[in-house]
Amino acid sequence: MRNIKSEVITKTIEDLCAKTNFQLPDDVLYSLKQNILHEHGIAKNVLEEIIENANIAKTERLPLCQDTGTANFFVKLGADVCIEDGNIYDAINEGVSLGYKNNYLRKSIVTDPLDRKNTQDNTPANIYIDIVGGDKIEISFLPKGGGSENASALKMLVPSCGWDGVKEFVLSVVNDYARNACPPLIVGVGIGGDFSSVGLLAKKTLLREIGSINSNSFYKERERELLEDINKLNIGPMGLRGKTTALAVFIEAKPTHIALFPIAVSIQCHSCRRQTITI
Amino acid sequence: MNVSLNDLIFNLNNLKVGQKVLLSGTIYTARDAAHKRIIDLLDFGNKDKIPFNLNNSAIYYCGPTPTKPGNIVGACGPTTSSRMDIFTPRLLKEGVKVLIGKGDRSKNVEKSIEENKAIYLIATGGIAALISKSVVKADLIAFEDLGPEAVYRFEVKNMPLIVAIDTFGNNIFVRG
Repeated sequence: MRNIKSEVITKTIEDLCAKTNFQLPDDVLYSLKQNILHEHGIAKNVLEEIIENANIAKTERLPLCQDTGTANFFVKLGADVCIEDGNIYDAINEGVSLGYKNNYLRKSIVTDPLDRKNTQDNTPANIYIDIVGGDKIEISFLPKGGGSENASALKMLVPSCGWDGVKEFVLSVVNDYARNACPPLIVGVGIGGDFSSVGLLAKKTLLREIGSINSNSFYKERERELLEDINKLNIGPMGLRGKTTALAVFIEAKPTHIALFPIAVSIQCHSCRRQTITI
Repeated sequence: MNVSLNDLIFNLNNLKVGQKVLLSGTIYTARDAAHKRIIDLLDFGNKDKIPFNLNNSAIYYCGPTPTKPGNIVGACGPTTSSRMDIFTPRLLKEGVKVLIGKGDRSKNVEKSIEENKAIYLIATGGIAALISKSVVKADLIAFEDLGPEAVYRFEVKNMPLIVAIDTFGNNIFVRG
């Protein structure tokens, strides 16, 4: 057994909130720079602005986007870890509260969708925990803005729909909602499971780095195919037309019921903020 | 094109869809919750309690991050405009002339913009640190209890924008 004090987790999360909201990951920056080469006019200007913004945010420790998001945490908790003086949920929420207050990040969470009273510290976070072997805790943080979350969608397709059904749904979601979701996008697709698990499956794919290869060769090809089709829609950066509507498509499948074909499309804006740390 | 809001308000017809604008002048932030309050004030005959004069005004759909000590303003990029679509025609009737946000608007808003000879400008979303450099003065003027949704008065200088819907109802967004 390894003992980890809850205050260590809290402090780690506090720092992670700042770093993640100020720094665009290298793979995202690299992909944006690659895509500039194929664009001109307004589309090119928008991509240049995004890169300039990333430089300012990092240097001056300013949020990349004013929407510092819902705080999503994906945790791999080693079975041999014992958390002292608390539990992991409270430790993470305390870290979010301190991280958002002390770093002047926006508090965007309301208590109830009808009541809409701000909780004042951006808690509660969405915390998803998987128990794994070992004595470490790996935490991935994905603060996600409302604009792209509003463009995400879930549908129960029919088992006979096949790949064509998947493709049609993903393209319709992108075509209908991408313009308001700050493209270029990263499109996370989950298929299988059931109603409650497919959304999480799709969202989790957004932790993948741009350029990473799907280990399943069938889905690797489908990702490439869908990315090509999405970029033919001529939606472009900020919906102002161009070749760069999406930077990546990630697909993940899981077992499902004989009567089911759930699909979820989790849309990520270009301000794709994510960091992973290990304690 | 560099434009001062004071001059612009009286020459909106000169701006054409797709044109780039560097905007200077006074704009007011308002997003979902502030819009709802302003509409409620109009509905219940409390127009005098609206925190700024709607006539000839410019509204920016934005909820900034808190201001770091020593800075003028926090990160302050645009939010998705379409969520304000249900409120916008009413505000245009009250004389609001310039709308600033991101993304497409409804057909109804497009029509209302044309009828009221107003204009819709867009900023690039997700570049909030960069946009904050255009704000030379920021004051919280109303609805402080709404937190990030409070109304701020921004003095902006050379804020980079694009004309998305002009006074003739031409729209930069092509719907697929």
